[in-house]
Amino acid sequence: MTVQVGAVRAELGRRRPRFGEPVFRGLVALASLTVLAIIAGLIIVIASTASTGIAHNGLGFLWGTTWDPVRNVFGALPFIYGTLLTAVTALILAMLIGVGVALFLVELSPRWLAGPLGFMIEMLAAIPSVVYGLWGIFVLAPWLRDYVEVPLHSTLGWLPFFSGYPIGIGNLAAVVVLTIMVLPTVAAVSRDVISAVPGSQREAALALGATRWETIRMGVLPYARSGILGAGILGLARGVGETMAVTMVIGNSPTISLSFLAQGYTMASVIANEFTEATTNVYRSSLIEIGLLLLIVTLIVNAAARLLVWRVSYTSTSRSLAA
Amino acid sequence: MSGAATTPAGLRRLSVPGRDMRRRRTTDRIMLALLGAAAVLAAVPLVLVLLFVLIQGLPALNVALITQSPVPAGSPGGGVAPAVVGTLLMVTVGTVIGTPIAVLAGIYIREYAGGRGATLIRFLVDVLAGVPTIAIGLFAYGLVVVPMGSFSGLAGGIALAMIIIPIVARITDEMLGLVPGSVREAAYALGIPPWKTIVRVVLPAASTGIITGILLGVARIAGETAPLIFTALGNDRITTSLGEPMDALPLRIWVYASGPYDSWHAQAWAASLVLVFLVLAFAILTRLVLRRRLGSRG
Repeated sequence: MTVQVGAVRAELGRRRPRFGEPVFRGLVALASLTVLAIIAGLIIVIASTASTGIAHNGLGFLWGTTWDPVRNVFGALPFIYGTLLTAVTALILAMLIGVGVALFLVELSPRWLAGPLGFMIEMLAAIPSVVYGLWGIFVLAPWLRDYVEVPLHSTLGWLPFFSGYPIGIGNLAAVVVLTIMVLPTVAAVSRDVISAVPGSQREAALALGATRWETIRMGVLPYARSGILGAGILGLARGVGETMAVTMVIGNSPTISLSFLAQGYTMASVIANEFTEATTNVYRSSLIEIGLLLLIVTLIVNAAARLLVWRVSYTSTSRSLAA
Repeated sequence: MSGAATTPAGLRRLSVPGRDMRRRRTTDRIMLALLGAAAVLAAVPLVLVLLFVLIQGLPALNVALITQSPVPAGSPGGGVAPAVVGTLLMVTVGTVIGTPIAVLAGIYIREYAGGRGATLIRFLVDVLAGVPTIAIGLFAYGLVVVPMGSFSGLAGGIALAMIIIPIVARITDEMLGLVPGSVREAAYALGIPPWKTIVRVVLPAASTGIITGILLGVARIAGETAPLIFTALGNDRITTSLGEPMDALPLRIWVYASGPYDSWHAQAWAASLVLVFLVLAFAILTRLVLRRRLGSRG
């Protein structure tokens, strides 16, 4: 690294009062404050545009099950339920696969494989949501209908989870798409916290005669537990806020059903889908009120997850950019 | 219960010689195989999505797609030119507004804020990065669309700016951290004030990393749909006026994918191919550069 000699000389030649430092310092501090201002602005502006809806709907908004814009009855429960059902189910699947991948990458995989595989999983996060939606409508949903939903329905149709009609578009398709989209978050963060586990943990277990799996189960996982929990919560925040892909495959029907074959609706997708159709002020405002709810939930969930992950692997965040 | 400290105690029963070694070996093999299976399973969706985007998108990809405006619904031909123009414009607006703020914020975090302050701002930046983009869209709606009285490309660009800020700020922060302290000290020793050291010495040294970070952010906002629905809205005509409703590729893909016409579906796949190619090219480039930079640290 060469220091630019010209700049140095020019600077040394001058002797005048310097305003540069305070001005520059103020400028960069202001830029940082912008981040705070955006977060504050998000809450304030969304809350104020939702005020008509808040006044009209009252607290019953949270547990009202009827969504009837024509009669100005707005209950958000079907959307809250749909969001929880899809995000939590997807998270469980993504945790099983994502932590598995992370363990594979850190503990088992040879170097030549770990790089490309980690890269592929990161690329999952780079594909735009709307492309997953397109793929979900035309590839995933028909496949799920023919090879998953029809067999499930004919064998386990007596269970409430698989009742209804297997048409492809619905909660199951949303769960699968969400799993794919949450997976890179869970896998990447888990990989970071697992590689932050000190080697002595593994060596101690191996020295006592543990098999490789026992080393992972007793030496690695307990140590990485809170970080993996944080990875899960981050994944949950991602899943709850995901909009386009879910909107395109979930069927957009404000019903509360236990069945994965049924059509549902989520908080994010009802906003995306109905906002431009919302002609009355109170309708639009009620949609924004759902957005406010979504914002608050994700802010809390995100903050909690960051705190958990930071405690474990703050120093390894830069590694996650490279690895 | 089984915290890190108690691990050796947990392992004590392993030392019973040979008794259930066969069972333990079997468990070991099964679990390791499952981990391998998880790795394979995780790689499958990427391959499938890319494969179908390529197979379905390639036949419909032609010059008309990016040079012509949409024709009335259902009739053949036409293209998504307004979306291409709109995406280029709004991504530019978003980048031009967001990047300077982000880079300056990154400088503050790394060079000025100090331990506690830096941790706090990093935390805020990460929280902002986790806000659902649809909420960012609602914010831009209340902030720009309502006062202006119309949907506009400007509102879309501002929404995108708020999405790119945390991405670029974090990468700037990381990249500045890679510039060795000795470089700064060398400049200080020559009597150069800190701000000029940062602008003339530290920033140039970190510029490759920061620029790739910006590309990463650009790739990310180019694919965003949700924040544009109630800001840019969409438009069937080509417009370059930021005060008017504007189209974008992801918006157009959404509309066409949800519609009933085969010609729409074909164009949605082709537009997806363009978008995915763009995003992946940026992402791969970014990764190559960042890996070289971060890897060289040791």
